[in-house]
Amino acid sequence: MTMHPLTRVLLGLACILVGLWLVAPTLVVVPMSFNENKSLAFPPQGFSWQWYQNFATNPEWSTSFFNSLKVATVVAILATVLGTLAAFGLDRMRARPAGLLRMLLLTPMVVPGVVLAIGIYAVYLDARLVGTMTGFVLAHTILALPFVLIAVQASLEVFDKRLETAAASLGAGRIATFRTVTLPLIAPGILSGLLFAFVTSFDEIIVSLFITSPYMKTLPVQIFTSITRDADPTVAAVGTILLCATTILIGGGLLLLGRDRRSSL
Amino acid sequence: MSASDAPSERAASSRRSWGPLALALPALVLLVAVIGYPLATIVLRSFAEPQWGLQNYSWFFSTPVNLIVLQRTFTISAWVTVVCIVCAYPFAYAMTAVGPKVRLLLTLCVLIPFWVSGVVRTLSWVILLQDSGVINSLLRSVGLDGVRLIRTQTGVIIGMAQVLLPFMVLPLYSVMKGIDLRLVQAARSLGAGPVRAFFTVYLPLSLPGVYAGAIIVFILALGFYITPALLGGPRSTMLSTLVQNQVLSLLQWGRGGAMGVVLLVATFILLALAGPLMRQKHKQGAR
Repeated sequence: MTMHPLTRVLLGLACILVGLWLVAPTLVVVPMSFNENKSLAFPPQGFSWQWYQNFATNPEWSTSFFNSLKVATVVAILATVLGTLAAFGLDRMRARPAGLLRMLLLTPMVVPGVVLAIGIYAVYLDARLVGTMTGFVLAHTILALPFVLIAVQASLEVFDKRLETAAASLGAGRIATFRTVTLPLIAPGILSGLLFAFVTSFDEIIVSLFITSPYMKTLPVQIFTSITRDADPTVAAVGTILLCATTILIGGGLLLLGRDRRSSL
Repeated sequence: MSASDAPSERAASSRRSWGPLALALPALVLLVAVIGYPLATIVLRSFAEPQWGLQNYSWFFSTPVNLIVLQRTFTISAWVTVVCIVCAYPFAYAMTAVGPKVRLLLTLCVLIPFWVSGVVRTLSWVILLQDSGVINSLLRSVGLDGVRLIRTQTGVIIGMAQVLLPFMVLPLYSVMKGIDLRLVQAARSLGAGPVRAFFTVYLPLSLPGVYAGAIIVFILALGFYITPALLGGPRSTMLSTLVQNQVLSLLQWGRGGAMGVVLLVATFILLALAGPLMRQKHKQGAR
């Protein structure tokens, strides 16, 4: 469709502004992380690596980082297994019960975080799960499960079931069919579910804020308390590291995906 | 496959009816234990603590502060939704109109913030909006002094809209991608001007995306906690903060629970209203 040149310019301008608004504010953590003073006031003074050093050496930060890594890894595996199983189950059910169960399993996405958080906190107080690894893993898994379910269901929807029938008619057993035909074809869905689950857990803050204890903190909780307590530029250093990791992950993923699609066309 | 298949076929079909449920069962058990049971506990406590009755609800709806905060929560969420629609619409449209390289760049712009932790993004807004922050330094250099952004409603809306914008762009883009532009061309060739063609053809076809995005953004905004907690002040408190305050600081589980139930019910009413609207519009858009 041809566009009026003025419309084109306006659209381009709007696009640049929105793009900047999305990306630029987050970048402000990069210069702040090299600040020489212990302050988050802008502009930063001087240049130093001390906040990165502090992140690596201060046990408060490094422990919470490793806690997050541990919880997120377990959650990613658990949520992916449970979510993939559930997606297969729903796929083989009649439409009505499948729709109902799907809606139920997606509720964690829409229930307001604080409501969920006080509920889980109340139950965890009774069950002595506050500040425990198990507590974090259970809560994060159910929050991450919807993302896995959506991703796997999407790839099951485009999956041609006749391929399974073909494999079976050629003599493959159910397990062989699953392993050699079904699994490779829906692997991208499972993989993106896994990634989503990991990030969901790694970033989760509201429920974590309630079920945390001085002995078991995750990285977002540590960042949050640090922001509310004092102006420690270590948060900026952590933010910069997370920003770089995300950009590499997403950029790499998109490039891979783009190349894949082109070669399959 | 042999002759002995007939009975095992029957066994398989009965297995087929229970098998799928068995596959979904672990997830459902976890859902009941970690979502269902806690929510039930909160609903129960809102009626049962300190005594049985509706006292917590009558307290909630008769205390002016609560009503102000409730109203403010809806107002802020509405503003955030409007800001998101206005910003996301041209952006999502551009995503459908540009070449693959620029589209990749625009997609990155949406996805990177989507994946960067919300706490970190709110931290950047704290740095930008604080009194000694970037925006105020810029304003001061052009002679505007003493503009307060942090701990104001405007600051909260700016921060929340930025965090929620991807949730608006993505559904809009997926709907706009499917719009047949030949329909707009047809309208033009039948004599409609560009503005008229947009408003009578393109906009209605893109509405399902707008509805879907708006509902997601509004619902997520209603329950926002981190951004208002860090960017807001006493005059921009939202319902979530009030709930947290009742439970963690005052140990008033009943009152906090009642507030939570109000928030929950509002969310589900919105979802129930939006469901049929989106489905119907979607069907129209697809035909």
